[in-house]
Order: sequence, then C-alpha cells, then structure tokens
Amino acid sequence: MAISPSSIEQVIPGQGAMAQPSATPSRAKRRPFRFVANAKAATGLVILAVYVLFAIIGPWVAPYDPSARSSDILQGPSAKHWFGTTHLGQDIFSQILVGTRSVVVVGLLAGVVATILSILIGVTAGYLAGVADEGLSALSNVFLVIPALPLIIIITSIVERASDTLVALIIGLTSWAWGARVLRAQTLSLRRRDYVEAARASGERTWRIILFEILPNLTAIIASGFVGTVIFAVMSEITLAFIGISSITSWNWGTILFWAQGQQALAQGAWWWFVPAGLAIALLGTALALINFGIDEFVSPRLRSGGSTRIRTASGHTVRMRVGFTPVLNPPAVAPPPVPVDAVVLSSTDRKGGSR
Amino acid sequence: MRFLLQRVAFYLFTAWAAITLNFFIPRMIPGDPVQSLISRNQGRISADAIESLRVLFGLDENESVWEQYVDYWKQLLQGDLGLSFTFFPAPVSTVIGDSLPWTVGLVGITTIVSFLLGTALGVGAGWRRGSWVDALLPATTFLSSIPYFWLGLVAIAVFAGPGSFFPSSGGYEPGLVPAFDQYFIPSAIQHSLLPAATILVSSMSGWILSMRNMMVTVSSEDYITVAHAKGLSERRVALSYAARNALLPNVSGFALSLGFIVGGTLLVEIVFSYPGLGYQLFQAVGSKDYPLMQGIFLIITISVLVANLLADVAYLLLDPRTRKS
Amino acid sequence: MTQTVLEITGLNVDYGVGDQAVRAVRDVDLTLRRGEVLGLAGESGSGKSTLAYGITRLLPPPGVIRSGSVRYHPVDGDPVDVMALTPAELRRFRWAETSIVFQGAMNSLNPVHRISTQLLDVIKAHEPDMSAPARLARARELLKLVGISADRMDSYPHQLSGGMRQRVMIGMALALEPQIVIMDEPTTALDVVMQRQILGQLAELRERLGFAVLFITHDLSLLVEFSDRIAIMYGGRIVEEAPAAQLYRAALHPYTEGLLHSFPALRGPRRALTGIPGSPPDLRAMPPGCAFHPRCPRAFTPCDNELPVLGAPADDHPGRSVACWLHRSLESR
Repeated sequence: MAISPSSIEQVIPGQGAMAQPSATPSRAKRRPFRFVANAKAATGLVILAVYVLFAIIGPWVAPYDPSARSSDILQGPSAKHWFGTTHLGQDIFSQILVGTRSVVVVGLLAGVVATILSILIGVTAGYLAGVADEGLSALSNVFLVIPALPLIIIITSIVERASDTLVALIIGLTSWAWGARVLRAQTLSLRRRDYVEAARASGERTWRIILFEILPNLTAIIASGFVGTVIFAVMSEITLAFIGISSITSWNWGTILFWAQGQQALAQGAWWWFVPAGLAIALLGTALALINFGIDEFVSPRLRSGGSTRIRTASGHTVRMRVGFTPVLNPPAVAPPPVPVDAVVLSSTDRKGGSR
Repeated sequence: MRFLLQRVAFYLFTAWAAITLNFFIPRMIPGDPVQSLISRNQGRISADAIESLRVLFGLDENESVWEQYVDYWKQLLQGDLGLSFTFFPAPVSTVIGDSLPWTVGLVGITTIVSFLLGTALGVGAGWRRGSWVDALLPATTFLSSIPYFWLGLVAIAVFAGPGSFFPSSGGYEPGLVPAFDQYFIPSAIQHSLLPAATILVSSMSGWILSMRNMMVTVSSEDYITVAHAKGLSERRVALSYAARNALLPNVSGFALSLGFIVGGTLLVEIVFSYPGLGYQLFQAVGSKDYPLMQGIFLIITISVLVANLLADVAYLLLDPRTRKS
Repeated sequence: MTQTVLEITGLNVDYGVGDQAVRAVRDVDLTLRRGEVLGLAGESGSGKSTLAYGITRLLPPPGVIRSGSVRYHPVDGDPVDVMALTPAELRRFRWAETSIVFQGAMNSLNPVHRISTQLLDVIKAHEPDMSAPARLARARELLKLVGISADRMDSYPHQLSGGMRQRVMIGMALALEPQIVIMDEPTTALDVVMQRQILGQLAELRERLGFAVLFITHDLSLLVEFSDRIAIMYGGRIVEEAPAAQLYRAALHPYTEGLLHSFPALRGPRRALTGIPGSPPDLRAMPPGCAFHPRCPRAFTPCDNELPVLGAPADDHPGRSVACWLHRSLESR
C-alpha cells in the first residue's frame, strides 16, 4: 500500500521560505470540482464510471447466463464467446460482466463503512485531545498494525457462506484505521488554526465547529481515504473469493479465478480463463489510484508536474527547469564587451557612520 | 531510548489486543467445531489435548468467561496453541514451526529487498522529475494495482511448466530432506525465485511512487536550496540532503503498511503452493482447521509487530531528532 | 576608491514562461560595491527575494531568468557573467564567491546531519586538496568566528537555539571567504535582542573580512542603521536608490516616504505614523504607468500612463537615483 503524500506532508514541518508566488494565484482559484480538470483524476473517473455502468447494466446486457453450461467446453476467445469458455462451457465474458456488480457494490459499501468510522474516530480523536484522543489513537494504531487480510480471512471463514453485504461489512470494519490516523493528524493541525480558535472562543458549539469549520477542510483527505479503502476492499473481496471462502455461487472476478485455479486452467493453457478477470481488477485499481493521485496533487501543489519542465529558449535550445539551477532564457554573450566600472565614489560621511 | 520504550509498550499492548481478539473469535463460531473431531478420534486423542481444545474454544460451560480467559493465557504462555485438525495429531505449534522459516525467508527477504530497491528507484524518479522517468509512472501504477496472486498465476503460466528452470510449486524438490546441505539449499533457492520475483514486481512500484513523491516534496525545502547554493555536487545534494530526508517518512510508512504487505504476499504462497504460513492458512481455511487458523493469525501478527519494532529502530538510527540529546 | 564587485544590468525574472508568465523582477539595474552593505527593502511580493535568488540562479521552478546579465568582478581576473555559467562552473562559483544566509534558520540546516558535517562538506567540495585535519580546524575557526564554542560541532540542528542556528549559517557563509554575502531576511525569525546581537557581529565581521553584503529585508528601519546604501523595490522594479543616511533624511520617492513613515523614528523630531494606503500590486495585472500611482498621494498627469525610469533626479542629489515623475524634468520624457 503506497503512502499518500498528502498524509505525509504533516510529517515535514514548515513550508519552504521560498514559497513560490505562483502558488498563491492557484490557491485563490481553488474550487471544489477543479480537480476534475486534472488529467489523472479525469481519466480515473471516466474508467470508474464505465465500471459503475457495467455494475448497473451488466446482468441485463450479458449475452449468456454466467452459470449456464454449454457444449462449448474450454474454448478460446471467439466471436461467439468473446473471452472464451470454462470447463463447463460457461461464457467468461458474461461472468465478468455479471461479476462487476458484486465487486463494485462491495468496494463502495466497505469504503463507505470504513470512511464513516474513520471520520468518527479520527476527527473526534483529533478534536477532543487528551485521554479520549490517546484511547482512540491507540485503537486505530492497533487496527493498523494487525494484519487485516488474515483477520478478514479468518472472520469470513467462520461465518459460513458470507453474503456480499456481510463481506463488505467485515472489510469495512477492519480497514478504517489508516484513514482515521490521517484524519486525526489533520484535525489536530486544523484545531490550532486561528479561525477554529476564534469559533471556539466565541462559544460556538463543538458539533457545529466540527461540522462547519473542520470537516469542509478535510474533504480531500476523506475522499482520498475513501478511494484507498475501496481499492483495498476490492482486492480483499476478490482474494476471499479466490481462496474459496466467500460464497462461490454468486459471481465476482475472484470466483472466476477460483474456478480457473481449481480446474488447472494454467496447466491446460486456458489463459483466457484468468487473464480478463485479472486485467479487470488491475484496470479498476489503476483508475482508483489515478483518482487518488489527482486528489494528492490537488492537495499539495508541489506534486503537480505542471506540464513540461523543458522550455525552448529564444536562441533555439531547450533548457530544463530544475531546483538549484534556474534556467536563463536569453543568456548573455559568453565574451562580454568591457563595461566601465561605475565610478561614483561615496564620501566617507556617506558611509555607515553618517546615519548617526 | 524513551521513544523505543514507548513503542515497545505499544506493541505489547497491540499483541495483547490481538491475543484477546483471538480468544473471542472461536467463541463466535456457531455450533461445536471440536466435539465432532473429538468423538471421531475417540481413544486416539489424549486427555491433555482434549483439555487444551476445550480451553481454546471455551467449551467448559460451567467456567466464567474470565476464568476461560485466564486459562487461555496460561495455555498460551506454555506455547500450547492446540491441536491441528488437518495435521492431526500434530500440535499447531509444530505445524507453524515448520512453515514459519519458509515465510520469513521468502516474504521477509523480498519485502525488504522490494523496499530498498523501490526506494532507490524512487530517489532517481523524484530527483529527475520532468524527465523521461515520469513517463514510466503510469506503468508502475498499473503494476501496483495487480493483485499479487494473479501476477503469480501469470508468472507460472509464462515461466513455469514442464522442462522449465522455474518450478511451478513447492518449496524444494520432492524427495529432498530439509537440511543445510549442497542438495537442499540450491533447490530451495530455485523454488523461491519465481514467487520472490512476483512479490518484488507488484510490491516495488508502491515504494517507487511514494519515494518519488517524498523526493519532490523535500526538493522544495530550504536546506536543499542551501545545499545547491553551497555548490555541492549534484550527487551529494540528491543523496545526502534530499534522499536522506525523504527516506524518513518512507521508513515510517514502511512500518505502518507492513500489515497490508504481509497479507498480500501470503497469497503468493498459496498460488505457488509454497510451504509457508500463507499456504498453511489457506489449507486450514479449506478444512475448517480453526486452531491452526488462529495460531497462524497470532504468529503473523507477532511477526509483523517484531518487524515494526525493527523498522522503529531503523527510524531511530536515521532521525537524530528522535534520539535523546 | 570603491570598486564594483557585482553588477546587475537589465535583469528580468519571471515565474513561468509564455503568456502565463508572472513578471516578478523587471529591468533591474543594480551595482554592489566591494565591501559595502547594500540594503534592499520593499513590501512582501515586491520581488526583493526573487531578485536575490535570481542573481544566484537558485530560483526553484517555475522561476526563469528571461534576460539580463549579472557580472561578477573577482579581486583579480576577468569579470564573469553568472547568467552564462554552465552548471559545473556555477557550482564552483557558488559559495566561493557568493554565499547566502537564508530567511529561515530553522529550515536552512539539514536536520539529519551534524553541524560539523554540514560545515565540512562545503569546504571539501570547494577545496578537495585540503587535508581532513585542516578542514576540521577551519570549521572550528568558523564557529569561533560567530561565537559558538567548538564543542557544539557535533550537535544536530535541532539541539541549537534559533539564534545559534542562524550564527552557524553565517559562519558557514564565510567558510570560503566569499566577496559577497547575500542575506535574505536573516534576522526576521529572531527576537529583537538576538537580532541586535547578530547584526552587531555581522558588522564587525565585515569590517574584519571586507566582504560585501546584499541585505534584504522588509524592515527599512533596520537598513537605515545597518547599511551603506539602500535600494527600494516596488512591483518588481527598483524605485529609489540612495546612500542610507540621505534616504532616511530626505526620501525622494513617495513610496519610500510611505515606508519611512511606517515605523517610529528613534531619534530626532517625532513623525506622524501614516503607513501606505492600499495593498501591493498584483504582479499579473500591473497598473499602467508607474506601478505605485494608484496608492500614491502625489500622483499627477503622467503617472497613470507613463512609466518613470530609474535615473538621477532632476533636482540636485548626487549619488542618488529615483524612478518618479516628481523628480524628473518633464522635458526628459
């Protein structure tokens, strides 16, 4: 799991003293949905939208019943079966389409559960400070270091034939800790800001301060945590299905891989049986990761690549913008003509003592 | 020192929490998972073993939960994790003892190598921001989104097979006896190459990305500008000033995400039928071997805590600010 | 006889390129003489720091130097143009000829290395032939110079107070005995007592070692006391330049006047504290003509559409220059 830079920003104290003037205008322009203009976020959102569309219409547009057997046993991709068939003659394309719903629903549901928990625990801990904070932080740190996946595997295996909703709940209940930790740190720093102090001093109620002064400033971090949890939830659900713990009768991409593995698809050279599901997972994961990159760049402008760092100078050569060596667009001639030294001489009274 | 003691105290607390969780989970199992096993093996199962399973699953109806909890701890402190159903009548501790070295060897080493290699590449990518290296970032994003186990499947399909150098399953050549000798060691290494490569490829990109972003963030700190102003060599600024500082949050990130990483890498063992804890957990789940599942969860958690402590020590050595002046 | 050590001509510094570029420093001509303290003052956003980082080419992206030359005159040898140096030449030039003391003493030192490491690496980079014991001796000497005992050598930055850190930075700036030391708000983060102490020490070191100082601050009162000459920046341009005492006694530009009336006089007759109405100009949408005219109490006809250039004032003030229509005979337009 990669660390999101926005959460790390707090580790590094202080901003550079050379705060760039260019950062100021861009901040002034910040509007809630401006990050959609970010190419990475936009790409991610479009791909995600396609997945959500398939999650909704998948079962209706699927050409076959994903469980229906046929005589086309273990066939490669063809016009009739785009992604080929299984050992029972089931159409893999239909299985992928129908399975999308389960993946998207579990991902989003677990994401919502974990996000709500992380807001409740993280923001409360960060705002209340003191004993309550220590207790809640300890709780989230414990959940953070305990390996989540083995725990999820064990809990799910105890519950016989877990439904999608239950799987989503189990994942959501065990994966809120990362978000809570980041939110707590951010709330802690927001709490000390002047406008929050002012609201507190003027007797504003705590819940109003949290709701109207603090939460709006946490939007990006909450969104980023939500997306991160969805990635984790999708991977976990697919893993559970792949190792055959959750229900193997309802279709999701993990179930497809479970059957492919169980029927020795590899040994039989039936690559089409497991490649599409894997690519579907990876593409969904990439889309979500791209959305998170967009959020990160939105939150900390330093990460923006800002287009090309190469500039073409008037004289025709290219220079690269980089820290430490400011490029010169029109460099002076290398052998300069002699320039007379400024001959103004200051009288001694003009020197330092003269100001007394 | 204070910092380290605080961390140790926290890890002890977490271990306690995990053990307590482990105590309660079996009590949620509907029905009686042990009774059938006991009755099936009537006579072959010792009285001690039955007693230990009863403690593990809380079958003594006339004991209070607190008494059960105390008994559980007593048993745990003696190293008794119950009997494995699958490997009956082997105790869970023996089964785990056999598979732990495999996991430590494969997952432990590859996780560290992946972190080091990914961090080094991230330093390069972050320092040369805006160069061609940036074009590789989408590819690494894609790689880090692939589930470990699926990449393992692909690796087996592409590289392993009849007559290939890479074996597709197992931890060593069948027929060899595990020992530190010239037959076993090469075979074990040969069997670990493909799973190790799988873990490396999919886990490394995360470190590349996070280290790259840290480098970019650190590059605008004042001391980097000062280092440039001092006329130090590019190499020295990049490594001793930028990378050295960017490394700190990456190390603490490493410690925090160990739990996630280990969970994912255990699945690679399943795909390769590698005789480690992950594969053992898979088998335990398949045969509803609750004592083994719990034992493995406990051991994985404690291993992750120990690894976390080691990462904390590394952080302590890297950041003078956490050392007491 | 005063010689020129640094000569800036027609310097333009932008953030960004093309239509999006923000022009932060515009057509700046400035001369620094050997051994003098030249003060550079202005409100935040006036371009004074950008100028300082521009002439050393340390501006981070998207900063670019659009045009201009910055000529350095070594004690002996031919002048070099900093803008024409290759990165390798620039690295050799830096710190050996011009060193910098930055604004934030907190963030200027690398938090993970000892003070000694950071002092030694700059000596090692520029004088690779020096033996290790000699380098160490030099580092001790530098700390002694700024009044820090040598047993602090092995401290980490976080173990030093803000004032000590800034003194370490000053000591480090003198490591290679440069001709020019650029100071960007070096005392802003410190308390007044510490500020005095450090400035006093700096004046004394300059007497002894003879380096020139380009001193950047928003605190004009500090400059009046501490510098030989003062240049005032507004909206990316230098609007007035004069010997410190003269500038204090009789400011020519209304903006300078305003700055002087923003702090109480320590000596002499009491002045009214008026400050300057309005806010600094937006660098991306500069008013036409003189950038200061919307805030200027004495603006008149040419000010709102014609740009006054920096030059000798029409009224007799030798050694001064100003960019204001009030001091330009209208024929010179």
